[in-house]
Amino acid sequence: MWQYVFKRLLLMIPTVIGAAFVIFFLLRAMPGDVCELKLGGEGAYVDEAQITLCREQLGLDDPLAVQFADFVWGIATLDFGTSMITGRAITYEMGLRFELSLQVAIMATIVAIMISIPLGTLSAVYQNTWIDYIVRTVAIAGIAIPSFWLGILILLALLSISEAMTGTRWTPPLDYVPIWEDPVYNLSMLIWPAVATGYRYSAVATRMTRSSLLEVLREDYVRTARAKGLVEKIIINRHALKNALLPVVTVIGIEFAFLMGGLVVTEQVFNLNGLGNLLVQSVTSVDYTMTQGIVMVIVLVFVITNFFVDILYAWLDPRIRYS
Amino acid sequence: MTKLLEIRDLKTQFFTSAGVVRAVDGITYDVAPGETVAVVGESGCGKSVSAMSILRLIPDPPGRIVAGSIMFDGKDLLALSEAEMREVRGRDIGMIFQEPMTSLNPVLTIERQITETLEEHLDVSKAAARQKALEMLNLVGISDPERRLKQYPHHLSGGMRQRVMIAMALACGPKLIIADEPTTALDVTIQAQILELMKELTRKLGVALIIITHNLGVVARYADRVNVMYAGRIIESGDAVQIYHNPKHPYTLALLRSVPRMDQARGQKLRPVSGQPPDLTKLDEGCAFRPRCDFATEQCARAAPALEEVEPGHISACWEKAKVGLVEAVG
Repeated sequence: MWQYVFKRLLLMIPTVIGAAFVIFFLLRAMPGDVCELKLGGEGAYVDEAQITLCREQLGLDDPLAVQFADFVWGIATLDFGTSMITGRAITYEMGLRFELSLQVAIMATIVAIMISIPLGTLSAVYQNTWIDYIVRTVAIAGIAIPSFWLGILILLALLSISEAMTGTRWTPPLDYVPIWEDPVYNLSMLIWPAVATGYRYSAVATRMTRSSLLEVLREDYVRTARAKGLVEKIIINRHALKNALLPVVTVIGIEFAFLMGGLVVTEQVFNLNGLGNLLVQSVTSVDYTMTQGIVMVIVLVFVITNFFVDILYAWLDPRIRYS
Repeated sequence: MTKLLEIRDLKTQFFTSAGVVRAVDGITYDVAPGETVAVVGESGCGKSVSAMSILRLIPDPPGRIVAGSIMFDGKDLLALSEAEMREVRGRDIGMIFQEPMTSLNPVLTIERQITETLEEHLDVSKAAARQKALEMLNLVGISDPERRLKQYPHHLSGGMRQRVMIAMALACGPKLIIADEPTTALDVTIQAQILELMKELTRKLGVALIIITHNLGVVARYADRVNVMYAGRIIESGDAVQIYHNPKHPYTLALLRSVPRMDQARGQKLRPVSGQPPDLTKLDEGCAFRPRCDFATEQCARAAPALEEVEPGHISACWEKAKVGLVEAVG
């Protein structure tokens, strides 16, 4: 087992370097120049000398190989440099937003797991009954409804319910406070986007749980368990679910990493200052260092999540553990 | 002699979009305590379904036991509640399946898979269950059982897994074991070992055994009594000697001709059973075997023959059964 963990850890290094390579060169293939944008904005005249000076300051005149080496070294030391636009340290710019995005992603995952595994199991066990139909309808709706729209509905519902109950309208707070400083305040702000995204997320996982469990329930070893005279609860929990969860864990892992940078529109709806927003801003202003930094953080989250998913695999399935 | 298991006119059908599949179409047979009964037939003749019906493990939908009775040890299994039936499964009747590769749960240890039956049916502590699991592994001839208990199925070879299955089936001290093609997925040398083991253990422990197989060699060596099935019915039944040396049904005869025998002249060719097994959704009132039968007459199309005694303890369902033996003597 430890050997497996160690091997997986080692594998993370080439993955991260490969991702860094792709991001670095793709960004530089993108049209637009940060110095022209920064100094001249849209179409204004800028002195050629000034642009050269700006590029020099930002290190853009160094050979690409040197820039790349700087970048990779930065990843290794978790220092992504400074923003080409604002000049502030990227780690500083990302700090709070990362915290916020991470918290929303974790909360959404918890919401999704709490919904999807019980519902998916019920749906599979009671296949083609009204329970199954209801669960499937809820799941299809979750896939069909964009989470930003669900977010708007939640906000509207909060407004009208609070008005009906207390007479004053209540909206979630807008300024982010870390959870350890004021948990109630923090949760009253972030629970709504977590529910809105968690619902869509759970829909995918519910369907995966259902189909995976249905497949496993037809396996020979489930028949063996029945022939042993075990009660249905043990057959489902001990024999079927543990086997059925492998693909579900994969889906949850991928979705989790996606939530870290992919919530641009939902962040707008709830007025959250998350990573998604920052990423879009930095791409439009051709801020190489900032974009690289954010994407690399997302890549790291992906890689680390995948690592944990693989560990979970090994825990669930001894055939992986021992190979 | 009192019977342990009495199956009377059992009918199990599958309701599919292609029509009603009459997988088991009125079978009747008995198993005495400690007796080994073989159910023989080609794939799709209903032999596995008849076995699964005894434990009521037919997936519903689409399958259902539509008629008949199964008396086991004085209880009508078809009348029991699901909870009472669970008590019978695993405790009074153990089952061994065809595929040892897929019949054990890949993510649970051998220990867990043996002890869970014990914990479910007998009021035993964890330690006692573990002790019993050790004994069972010893009994089925698995070396170093301490180590094996901690292992997972993928650590074990096919033969060992089937031994584990046997240990599981015997763990709670059942009165009957149903083995559904227990050796089909194994190497020939391992097959013999597993069959010997099953024979030895059932004799030693006084457990009755229903062995479902398409292998007539198995039948000859291990069964007290043989039921030959075709298209969901038993078409011939007798003790192993009678079936082997004096078959009274053209299908049994054809089956025997299709396997090599030691007492056969050298160079003689094997004769496969010609034609295809019938479509079980489209059976008519005539004999189901007649399209493939060398003895078929007009009468065979009019009505299916009933099982009739040809000698004490030997029954056959064939209009022309008197001729079958004669032809064998010539051929």
